Amino acid sequence: MKKTGAQILCESLIKEGVEVIFGILGGALLPVYDTLPQYPQLRHILVRHEQGAAHAADGYARVTHKAGVCIATSGPGATNLVTGIANAYMDSCPMVAITGQVGRPFIGKDAFQETDITGITLPITKHNYLVDDTAELARTVKEAFYIAQTGRPGPVLIDMPKDVQQEEVEFTYPEKVDLPGYKFVSRGHLAQIKKAVGRINKAERPVIIAGRGIVISQAYNELKELAEKAQIPVVNTLLGISSFPGAHILNFGMIGMHGMAYANMAVQNADLIIAAGMRFDDRATANTKRFAPQAGVIHIDIDPAEIGKNVPVDIPIVGDVKNVLKAINKQIERRDHLDWITQLDQWRREHPLLGHDQGNELLPQYVIRQIQEATQGNTIIVTGVGQHQMWAAQHFVYTKPNSFISSGGLGTMGFELPAAIGAKVAHPEEMVWSIAGDGGFQMTVQELGTIAQENIAVKIAIINNGYLGMVRQWQELFYERRYVDTKLWNPDFVKIAEAYNISGIKVKSREEVAPAIQKAMDHPGPFLIDFVVEPEENVYPMVQPGESLSRLLETPKPEMISSY
Amino acid sequence: MSLTNKKHTLVALVEDRPGVLNRVASLFRRRAFNIESIAVGRSEKPGLSRMTVVVDGNSAKIEQVRKQLDKLINVVRVTDITAEDIVTRELALIKVNATTATRSEIMQIVDIFRANIVDVASNSLTVEVTGDEDKVESMLELLRSFGVKEISKTGKIALTRG
Repeated sequence: MKKTGAQILCESLIKEGVEVIFGILGGALLPVYDTLPQYPQLRHILVRHEQGAAHAADGYARVTHKAGVCIATSGPGATNLVTGIANAYMDSCPMVAITGQVGRPFIGKDAFQETDITGITLPITKHNYLVDDTAELARTVKEAFYIAQTGRPGPVLIDMPKDVQQEEVEFTYPEKVDLPGYKFVSRGHLAQIKKAVGRINKAERPVIIAGRGIVISQAYNELKELAEKAQIPVVNTLLGISSFPGAHILNFGMIGMHGMAYANMAVQNADLIIAAGMRFDDRATANTKRFAPQAGVIHIDIDPAEIGKNVPVDIPIVGDVKNVLKAINKQIERRDHLDWITQLDQWRREHPLLGHDQGNELLPQYVIRQIQEATQGNTIIVTGVGQHQMWAAQHFVYTKPNSFISSGGLGTMGFELPAAIGAKVAHPEEMVWSIAGDGGFQMTVQELGTIAQENIAVKIAIINNGYLGMVRQWQELFYERRYVDTKLWNPDFVKIAEAYNISGIKVKSREEVAPAIQKAMDHPGPFLIDFVVEPEENVYPMVQPGESLSRLLETPKPEMISSY
Repeated sequence: MSLTNKKHTLVALVEDRPGVLNRVASLFRRRAFNIESIAVGRSEKPGLSRMTVVVDGNSAKIEQVRKQLDKLINVVRVTDITAEDIVTRELALIKVNATTATRSEIMQIVDIFRANIVDVASNSLTVEVTGDEDKVESMLELLRSFGVKEISKTGKIALTRG
């Protein structure tokens, strides 16, 4: 039966199991939007800026493990998606981004709202398409979802000229994809697994570094089994948080620039690193030349290009980390590493995170701890980027798998609010907290409109220190306290919320924190809390740029750099 | 793994679609890989082109190039054939100054290299030479003394022997 390109798009999305689309229409998308009412099973959420659509799709994807879908018109609509697409690419999030394009006769003529979005997104998509033949549209959508959701997930963009949306062609949805150039290895090489098992069995001071790959392939149980069976301490990368229970006795926290001292000490003193679904990002490894100097490295990743990219690897295993861990667990010996664990425990006692319970000031760490107290970890935390992100990573105990959603690789301020919208739309039954800084919050603040229009019950905590705090911290430590352009004049955030018909409350003292959080949780709809915190509180520990994980600034006193 | 830089020849089978060369070139730029030459044309398989890329780098870098290329959806297969027994060719068109006095000397050189003269003008000759890189380079070296006006070269193409 003949259908228009717009109908083919909608029906193909339904075939792929899509339920929600985040987007904004425009001239080059009118045929698609005009068709949407024919398909009430596709819920469209009108955002306020296309970047918000991409982040919402990203947040949706992270909690559902399905491709998030965002849609934007040609030209500025498409370019506004770019940050969100790049963010999804860096964090390996499945996403299908659909853009309208000027009609085929106008392409290349610098037509109104024409932009070469496939050219622009070439280096930040897993793949992209410009549909120039309507008969190819169904196959293109099928391929896009397949590519986005398999192997190492990532964003795929489909650019659709307006006349393709209008043209009628025969529609059949393909059953299978035929992509001779696309392959991924799902099961690890048996000989490599055997080698890895031998190495793990012999290790005296092994450490597992769990990355986002564990979350992506939902290998929580396999990771736990490996850790418990061979008694191996587990540390996380930032995006590996919530891949392993936060309160588990073998969990030794986050590594990296703002990682826990004992997590970094574990890595630097290990004789074997089992890197599971992580990519040795420089924020996690610090100086790679002095990273884990005593350790052999087993690296498990589904993307062969990650092996050996940043650090040398002794035993690479290319494959889906869930399958690989399963295979390893079958062969591994039951071991104990009491001396090693005792040593790590001692370091944990000797090098705790900085105190946050003393004094009268309202400290940001205290706010995070109080959200933890009130929710008991039974929530999804979505953060932006900066100091609040690090405090949320350090001071919240993530007991639920995949309960920490954050912009890692790209470090996109303003990610939190739209991503929280995506997470909440995907899981309306779950509590979702968007934790923001006052700087980042203003980068996507307009999505309060989306929240109000769709009544999306996210809880918003602004850690308001009146600065672009992380940059101010760097200025303090490395630029002799010259706070150039990091001080912010801020509006009254509660009034902003109220202008959007969203309830809110300002909190200035410690006593007000817990009641405010309770009030937010009791409130049925969205709720905003503006926590006015100590302006110049810093994130510690900190590995200074260029230093190794072994040299750590643990307190505000520079002479207190500990080396181990 | 060797840390010394050396020229590697990579052969990629790629889908014959618009924009594929752009995807490959964009990848090289983005990852700061240095292309010496790139040549692409139809292969024996319908719908597939064969691309020969010469890259300079140490073996770790080249391994990254290969893996990153392989990740492109339109790239079907990539092999580093540097260490294999291969036949390589490139073609150069060289426009060289020629006077009555030098013309016959140039023609002798052309003969020795089994090259061809493809255009004759009153004050120049255009020579077509095909061969491996060394042959083309030495021919060029000899012609330089007469004054080379213009050069146009294809990139290297390669196949494994047998």
